[in-house]
Amino acid sequence: MTLTNNPPAAKPTLTQRGSSALGDRVFSWWTLGTGLLVLAILGLILITTVREAWPAFDAMGLRFITERVWDPNPATGDAIFGALSFAYGTAVSSLIALLFAVPVSVGIALFLTELAPRRLRGPAVTVIDLLAAVPSVVFGLWGILVVAPALVPIYQWMHDVLGGIPLLGRLFGPVASGRNFMTAGLILAIMVTPIITSITREVFSTVPRADKDAALALGATRWEMIRGAVFPHSFGGVVGAVMLGLGRAMGETIAVALVIGGATNITANLFAPGNSMAAVIVQQFGESTGTFTAALIGLGVVLFAMTVLVNLLAQVVVRRAEARMKGSVA
Amino acid sequence: MHPDREAYLVNRNVLSRRVLAGVALAALALTGCGSNDNSSEPGGSGGDSAYADLSGELKASGASFPDAYYQEVIEAFKSEASDVTVNYNSTGSGTGKKQFGEGLVDFAGTDSLVKDTDGVTAGSFMYVPTVAAPITVSYNLEGVDKLQLSPETLAKIFQTDIKTWDDAAVKADNPGVELPNTPITVAHRSDGSGTTSNFTKYLDAAAAGTWKLGSGDTVAWPASTQGGEKNTGVAQIVQQTNGGVGYVDLSDAKATGLKFAAIKNKDGQFVEPSLEGTTAGLEGAEVAEDLSYNPLNAAGASAYPITAPTFIIVKTSYDDANKAALVKGFLTYLLNDGQELAEEVDFAPLPASLKEKALAQVEKIQG
Repeated sequence: MTLTNNPPAAKPTLTQRGSSALGDRVFSWWTLGTGLLVLAILGLILITTVREAWPAFDAMGLRFITERVWDPNPATGDAIFGALSFAYGTAVSSLIALLFAVPVSVGIALFLTELAPRRLRGPAVTVIDLLAAVPSVVFGLWGILVVAPALVPIYQWMHDVLGGIPLLGRLFGPVASGRNFMTAGLILAIMVTPIITSITREVFSTVPRADKDAALALGATRWEMIRGAVFPHSFGGVVGAVMLGLGRAMGETIAVALVIGGATNITANLFAPGNSMAAVIVQQFGESTGTFTAALIGLGVVLFAMTVLVNLLAQVVVRRAEARMKGSVA
Repeated sequence: MHPDREAYLVNRNVLSRRVLAGVALAALALTGCGSNDNSSEPGGSGGDSAYADLSGELKASGASFPDAYYQEVIEAFKSEASDVTVNYNSTGSGTGKKQFGEGLVDFAGTDSLVKDTDGVTAGSFMYVPTVAAPITVSYNLEGVDKLQLSPETLAKIFQTDIKTWDDAAVKADNPGVELPNTPITVAHRSDGSGTTSNFTKYLDAAAAGTWKLGSGDTVAWPASTQGGEKNTGVAQIVQQTNGGVGYVDLSDAKATGLKFAAIKNKDGQFVEPSLEGTTAGLEGAEVAEDLSYNPLNAAGASAYPITAPTFIIVKTSYDDANKAALVKGFLTYLLNDGQELAEEVDFAPLPASLKEKALAQVEKIQG
């Protein structure tokens, strides 16, 4: 602000070539360099993990991803390493997490940007961000010691009430204990909620005032305004936030390892124990050798591939949906 | 001079001479002890121990199962050899062996024997048995405080052939006991573990023909079983579930307050897990030439059959003479005075015969 009071001679003019020309060049190299660095790191990770996992891929072939048996020490014959059961566990627990976390997160974000009194926003945001700062092992221990035992009667009740419904009832099978896909999903939901919330909140707050005012001026209710102005404008960003949350959920290790139950299992029953890829890696790596180690690294490669695929898919969805939504708005 | 005074002086002289003699005797005794220390029986009393002139650092990693015991010994060793730092990192046997093979650590702890795929060259290392501990079959069953299991029944329970506690096979092992119709929930380790390896090896040996899941650090448990992280995780599942059963090491089972089953040993006796039963099992175990031994399902009426041995692997020859002296010093201490610390942390000391062999093995270290 004091700049305006300075003598005009000190003002840089656009006609002169100042030191900023060099600055521009340095800046462009710097950003290009860091951008490439990310790609290089990603590439190197992929190369080394694939190379380290090769003995397992070589031994199992395509069965590594289609086989559901994981038996490093079989009674007879060669070890069998099939990632399918764990890929299933990763997918199911992450999907449950999103199922609960997305509506809650979007709700919180809308409340904070559209409804909450200004005085409440600051503290509420702080509390949600604090949730993101809780270490995952704490969530895991809380899950195993408090949440899992407490949920058993609720699961049991759900099984009694919903278990008889044809087809759908298979999701709510018999309950052995509180450690299962459902508990893992719920713990993950709590863990990803702050991430999705804080990004969607940012995205919602970029919706132009004019769009919202226009909708309201046309006689839209608040919900109609949100549906007509806020959602179409921020759809891409929200999907991006959900993808980040999904990435966290799929990669989450120790909390899942503690609560998912540690069984090699593919079943529709959400109340059955299972296991996820990240959890298996952390559980079994310490005592593994040779092909077994390679197979665990192979799980890492599969997880990596799954995450990339999901992200690519999300980009396609966003591009299509945005074209459709923006078209309808215009 | 006053006679009394004279008498007093004489007395004092006698007194002081007596004291002197006493001191001399004590000194003799001490040096006697000292020379003894140097030859065969190190340790003992006094700060001036056989280990005092050792100095340097030892790095080790490996099995987590004996970690509590090793840390106890390392702590006690500090007061004997204040210039020596020993670091034992409980990374798991697999990682320990890998690091030992790569030369990253001076010795490694392992619950399992070295395999070709472990990255340790055959012939370059020796086994030194250290301690052993019983693996309990802990259970939680309302109304049942005493449970006996034969190896075959145990195998059927853990591969979920038996689904409820009132199964005929369980009843046959427990005559006169009222068993409820509670479903059995099997808890196992979800992490790769020497405990799993020893437990499954036991079933493989004792219930051959019945047990079908093989043996190893990780086995393919049936899908309906529950996995827990480490011993404490398994103990927790058992504790939280009526009808739960799992294999847990003795110290964690005790700490969690679980009930243990008595297991039928090779001699047909039902024995509850205890340190005495474990040492009895070690006595009955056959020790191989390289000191690897298998105490599982050992003979002896009082032997507890599910016992996990654990070893330290050392190089046959170290490049650095000081390293060799340090390793020798530490292991000699562990096998002598260190054995007394074992019971405090719920480990069973080696029986005398095996201890002598282990000490002889340590003496062979070159450097």
